[in-house]
Amino acid sequence: MDLSYGEMAEAYRGEVKAFLSENWRPSTDLRGADLKKYIREFRVKATEQGYLYRAIPKIYGGSEQPVDVIKAQVIREEFARKRAPMEVGGNGMNMTVPTLLEKGTQEQKDLFIRKTVEGEYIWGQGYSEPGSGSDLASVRTKGELSADGSKWIINGQKIWTSQGMQATHMFMLVRTEPDAPKHDGITYLLIDLDQPGITRRPIRQMTGEEGDHTFCEFFFDNAETPVSLQVGERGQGWYVSRTTLKHERASIGSADGLGKQFQKLVELAKETGRISDPVIRDKLAQIEGFVLSHRYTSFRLFSCAAAGEDPGRVQLMMKLLLTETGHEIALLAQELMGEYAFIEPAGAGGRGPRGPRGPEKWMDQIMGSLGNSIAGGTTNIQRNIIGERGLGLPRDVIGGGSK
Amino acid sequence: MRFHLSGEQVAIQEAIRGTMAENWSLGHLHKFADNESDLDQPSWDALMALGLAGILLPDSGMGLLDAALTSEVAGETAAAGPLIGQMLAVAAVSRSSNDAAKTHLDALAEGKSIAALAFGDSIYVPCARAADFFLTGNRDGAISLVVAGDGATIQSVRSTDRSRPVSKVSFGGAKSHELFAKGDPMVARLFDAALVLIAADALGGAQKCTDMSVEYAKEREQFGQPIGQFQGLKHQLAQMALDVEPARAQLWYAAYAHDAELEEAPRTAAMAKAHLCDVYVRSARAAVAAHGGIGYTWEYGLNYWFRRAALDRAWLGSPSEHRARAADLAGW
Repeated sequence: MDLSYGEMAEAYRGEVKAFLSENWRPSTDLRGADLKKYIREFRVKATEQGYLYRAIPKIYGGSEQPVDVIKAQVIREEFARKRAPMEVGGNGMNMTVPTLLEKGTQEQKDLFIRKTVEGEYIWGQGYSEPGSGSDLASVRTKGELSADGSKWIINGQKIWTSQGMQATHMFMLVRTEPDAPKHDGITYLLIDLDQPGITRRPIRQMTGEEGDHTFCEFFFDNAETPVSLQVGERGQGWYVSRTTLKHERASIGSADGLGKQFQKLVELAKETGRISDPVIRDKLAQIEGFVLSHRYTSFRLFSCAAAGEDPGRVQLMMKLLLTETGHEIALLAQELMGEYAFIEPAGAGGRGPRGPRGPEKWMDQIMGSLGNSIAGGTTNIQRNIIGERGLGLPRDVIGGGSK
Repeated sequence: MRFHLSGEQVAIQEAIRGTMAENWSLGHLHKFADNESDLDQPSWDALMALGLAGILLPDSGMGLLDAALTSEVAGETAAAGPLIGQMLAVAAVSRSSNDAAKTHLDALAEGKSIAALAFGDSIYVPCARAADFFLTGNRDGAISLVVAGDGATIQSVRSTDRSRPVSKVSFGGAKSHELFAKGDPMVARLFDAALVLIAADALGGAQKCTDMSVEYAKEREQFGQPIGQFQGLKHQLAQMALDVEPARAQLWYAAYAHDAELEEAPRTAAMAKAHLCDVYVRSARAAVAAHGGIGYTWEYGLNYWFRRAALDRAWLGSPSEHRARAADLAGW
């Protein structure tokens, strides 16, 4: 075992540091459009150096670098240290771009990748429906060809679209072959959301969160998209979507996030005067056992990725370990909060200006941890995945239709 | 950056597994469990022939991680014999400046003389009747190599763990070589190493409990289908795997921190001992539950791991005791 990144990586770190001290010096009075412009120009320079958009071809505005997880890690660390902006985030970069690079037509790549990379296009995910959650392949939003065969006409409803109010476009799963077996009747479509046949509405969550930044539901009433914006073959959309979900799963298990949350839990115990209670100390250390397992397993996964080796079943466990540990943290936080739990925190769930918040702010984590175990594959679905793909147990009867 | 096992480390584990498969079947284990002996000479000799006792020699090119990987397979196979004590005695004697003790080093490193681990204040010592030496001491005291024989009293008890039977031991006037005096940093270091090796035994045992349960769930049919197809059991098995597999990296880190002499090493050892021993006890219970009736029989053998989990958990301090230490060490 050796946790150093090696001499070459350290030399590279020096280059990144030098670049950042030269190029990331936002003046503190930069605001609004000026700050956005400064960030945009910084990203262009960082991309020229090969620090950002490493997986994106140069013709689409990326830096097209060979895979090197160590370099990528050094970049992340140094950018984080300087609080320099990384790539534009969101569904577009995580899902649309990888899918188009792998399965898109030349026209689709030309139309969408660069503008997504530059943050001009924001993508909503059109997967879940009120009647299709874990059983995603049961989607009923209908796509029918127009009489001249040039357009898909879409009718139905999508739900749980993050960044829905900001989204300019959507990638969606639509049932186009109602008579085919359920996994073989779905087509993957891209659609411009700025059209009369589409209505969007924010969903008010249990946290009280509502408004422009939250999840949305979308209603499609004879909405249209050209046939040229169909990705992959007609009826093969389910299999096109599998690539994108993989990308989402790979990005969710950030080990540092859990470690930081645990440190804040320890701070909460100090703040509320409970840290010397032996029961609390024991419970904290119990939780830390899982936090450390998650942390060092992320080292293991990283090491395997650097060596190009398959880490095996443990990679299927990271999301569940993260969310299960999040529940334990929530339960202990609720104990430690005491009567602070009477107070809904200012700006609960992101509403309004937050200002300084006391221990009552933990109510965000206490509810949010539940959201995490639903989004991106629920806990019971994760257990199925571990059991079936990880342990080789026979597939459930219900899941039997899926390839 | 390297934080997974090397090909060589995997190969060594496989070699130990192969040796155990030849010498330590469930049949051997059943026979051993009934015959009130503390050592199975053929399997012990076979393990010693692999050179395992010498892993912690200063010039072996290996370290606590390699010893832990050995201990893991011992846990997985429910090996008999004081492997942890043997490896630690060699580590201690070879690093000590006590020349009288050092005359025993070769025999210990070859596994010809046998050393049992008798750290702490407990009167119970696993594999004591087979031991030629005892590695004794307290975290805040000295560490000594006590010679079995005159002055060392060993009294058999009915032992929960049948693969590593314990005895009541006292060392009133036994001959003893002090290896490290009170205050020597090696004292705490050897204690921490012991915790990591017990945690490794627990990891191997917990993995074995999980593997046995998964295999059984694939074979056993009820209501006309393999029981592992039922979501209720499938989720329980997934939970077992979730408990064990990520904890493996925590154990690796504790061993690595010890080898690299990181400041946090004592705390990572305490955390690993606490976490892995809890995992083992949970896994052993879940395994019996997953098997149903067959798991409750003596014949099936699952109980050997269940019993071993009980010893690992209590040995050198319970999970709560080590968590309390870890809390102190964190400055909470």
